[in-house]
Amino acid sequence: MAHEKNHDYHILHPSVWPFIGAVSGFIMLFGFVLAFGQNTPESLQQPYMFIIGLIGVCYVMYAWWADVIRESIVGDHTPVVRIGLRYGFIMFIMSEVMFFSAWFWAFFKNALYPMSPESPAVDGVWPPAGIETFDPWHLPLINTLILLCSGAAATWAHHAIAHENNRKDMATGLIVAIILGVLFTVFQAYEYSHAAFGFSGNIYGATFFMATGFHGFHVIIGTIFLFVCYLRVRAGHFTAERHVGYEAAAWYWHFVDVVWLFLFASIYIWGS
Amino acid sequence: MADAAVHEHDHKPGFFERWFMSTNHKDIGILYLFTSAIVGFVAVAFTVYMRMELKDPGVQFMCAEGARLFADGTCAPNGHLWNVLVTAHGILMMFFVVIPAMFGGFGNFFMPLHIGAPDMAFPRMNNLSYWLYVAGSSLAIASVLSPGGNGQMGSGVGWVLYPPLSTSEQGFSMDLAIFAVHLSGASSVLGSINMITTFLNMRAPGMTLFKVPLFAWSIFVTAWLILLSLPVLAGAITMLLTDRNFGTTFFQAEGGGDPILYQHILWFFGHPEVYIIILPGFGIISHVISTFSRKPVFGYLPMVWALIAIGALGFVVWAHHMYTVGMSLTQQTYFMLATMVIAVPTGVKIFSWIATMWGGSIEFKTPMLYAFGFLFLFTVGGVTGIVLAQAGIDRAYHDTYYVVAHFHYVMSLGAVFAIFAGMYYWIGKMSGRQYPEWLGQIQFWTMFIGANVTFFPQHFLGRQGMPRRYIDYPEAFAYWNEVSSWGAFLAFSSFLLFIGIIVYTILAGRPISEKSYWNEHADTLEWTLPTPPPAHTFETLPRREDWDRGHSH
Repeated sequence: MAHEKNHDYHILHPSVWPFIGAVSGFIMLFGFVLAFGQNTPESLQQPYMFIIGLIGVCYVMYAWWADVIRESIVGDHTPVVRIGLRYGFIMFIMSEVMFFSAWFWAFFKNALYPMSPESPAVDGVWPPAGIETFDPWHLPLINTLILLCSGAAATWAHHAIAHENNRKDMATGLIVAIILGVLFTVFQAYEYSHAAFGFSGNIYGATFFMATGFHGFHVIIGTIFLFVCYLRVRAGHFTAERHVGYEAAAWYWHFVDVVWLFLFASIYIWGS
Repeated sequence: MADAAVHEHDHKPGFFERWFMSTNHKDIGILYLFTSAIVGFVAVAFTVYMRMELKDPGVQFMCAEGARLFADGTCAPNGHLWNVLVTAHGILMMFFVVIPAMFGGFGNFFMPLHIGAPDMAFPRMNNLSYWLYVAGSSLAIASVLSPGGNGQMGSGVGWVLYPPLSTSEQGFSMDLAIFAVHLSGASSVLGSINMITTFLNMRAPGMTLFKVPLFAWSIFVTAWLILLSLPVLAGAITMLLTDRNFGTTFFQAEGGGDPILYQHILWFFGHPEVYIIILPGFGIISHVISTFSRKPVFGYLPMVWALIAIGALGFVVWAHHMYTVGMSLTQQTYFMLATMVIAVPTGVKIFSWIATMWGGSIEFKTPMLYAFGFLFLFTVGGVTGIVLAQAGIDRAYHDTYYVVAHFHYVMSLGAVFAIFAGMYYWIGKMSGRQYPEWLGQIQFWTMFIGANVTFFPQHFLGRQGMPRRYIDYPEAFAYWNEVSSWGAFLAFSSFLLFIGIIVYTILAGRPISEKSYWNEHADTLEWTLPTPPPAHTFETLPRREDWDRGHSH
């Protein structure tokens, strides 16, 4: 056949998900502004548009990744395609690192050069006067251990599949990692609810909640990612040679781990 | 395995399937070019209206009583409308015209062809990049038409969105603009992940890194800049969003925050952004000059390393945009020296292009005219850049028309000329029809003269001390402002002619079928394909003799 595909790359069918996803994204963000904007007229402050967009985005993510899994099962993901998927995911994590660098930048600027009402004549102090910070050796330390143990469990799951092709151990490792991840989120929520400072009105709370809040959001995403991998291993998906989806989840989880170590060291210990 | 691609040939996709559900890098590239042309027209129309207003002292068109096209009756100045147009022009051109046209359009269409790849690494995500770009553009336009500051529509805060202006602007127009930039950023980051993976993973057998054509290299370096700088901007504007809507004080001095922090984070993105805009242009120009000089590019390896060096240095010079905010002398000295170092790799590129032409058999087709224009005008912009890099001199020039002239010489006359060069160079390949050469020549000369008449006098205005971003000016600045406006009208008519030429070419241009319709020195892989290329290319990967000329190009 003249037009036969003679290479191992993945040529895809047309797909409607990108279009629907982008439209949903537009609706979601416009709806977000209407629902939560301080400058939105009262009559327009309704959450419906935001919710519709959010549902659309979530559905597209589900349907799209279901397609990816289906393609992987029918064998479209040849070795060279798998290399590409890994490259792509590493690059995604790099962009996430740069995203977090903005929060660290804001934190370190304020911690190193705090402003006072008399700045620049008189420097401020850090933490700002009147701010009561968390004791890092209390719940934050426990959370650090929880997240590190969760990372270890994820690595156990990785070894089980990569070296022993053992789906049962992998599933057990994943369950441990997921439970610890959920525990982390619960403890973090508990900690937030006992904070002596708010998100608004002060620079300590702003940098603290922005950095740890986005980290917490990533923990939740990572937990969901691991949970999807758990469902997939239960469905018999991964083998010793082929588990790119899990590899990506594990990388993501370790990335979340490392960000936490930096947060713990700089914001909780050094910055308090 | 992968029966998918085989069957697709028996089936011709319908309109919706082809253009809305595409997973084809060439179709997506065309979509990018088409959309950025539309957004570009909007952004150019804004600026022509601004030049109309600036043609004479006083305010004639942007009136509080209502904006108009013909001066009549009383007119109270509507500064807000002016500010909105300045802002929208900047945001649209920066995020929604030049990056999508070069990186999204030419990058998508030609980078995979240059490296002999059958498509992008993630064809479906490629389409998500495109549609997120459309969603972002729609939010940006919605922002202009939504309730904003001063009880009017739109946000008038300047494209840099500096607080406290951007955090105190009324209405939700500003919030929509912030999300527009978020979406465009997500689109560009996904696009760059795609480009980098394609470049690293899908080069033709035997094509080692330093055998890759320069345009593909320029896209690769640009992709790294996008990947590492845009997420930082996303962080900065997220802080703007929470400052506006959730009471945080990142940039509010009364809550312990610091508005200068925003400027630092913005320009940490903003300076790489300048190179994101110009580097793909460098790639295009290299191919055009080589083709029409009938010589391989002089010094391929230094050209590649210059791209890499410019990209890397672009990350460590950001504060030269902020000399007047009160940085220490040490900081200013560092940023001044680091900025001037960039002139070295840029000089390598300029001199290599000149050396490529040296002794060549030069043919002045329209793309080559644009490449000449690019070389001359980009150099002018680069030289005024060296002037502005001096912290001391910048004290006088900061926020004057000298700066406006400088960055329009690099971007409007550098990057945009590269887009024109690319369009004329490749439209035959993309559409299978050739543009009428005589019209192309007219379009070039009117654009060249118009753009220079617009922007060159702005150097004089800046030296006279005219500040940028004002709706009106004293009589003393009248002369060169009028000249500049006439230049803008000429350039605008040339832009209309360009649109006409493109439409004519696509609908009724002379059909061509030669694979390589310029000459044998256009020797990258796209010239080995039929004109126009079939939907799926390189289904059998190219052989080494198809692209390896023994010399570097």
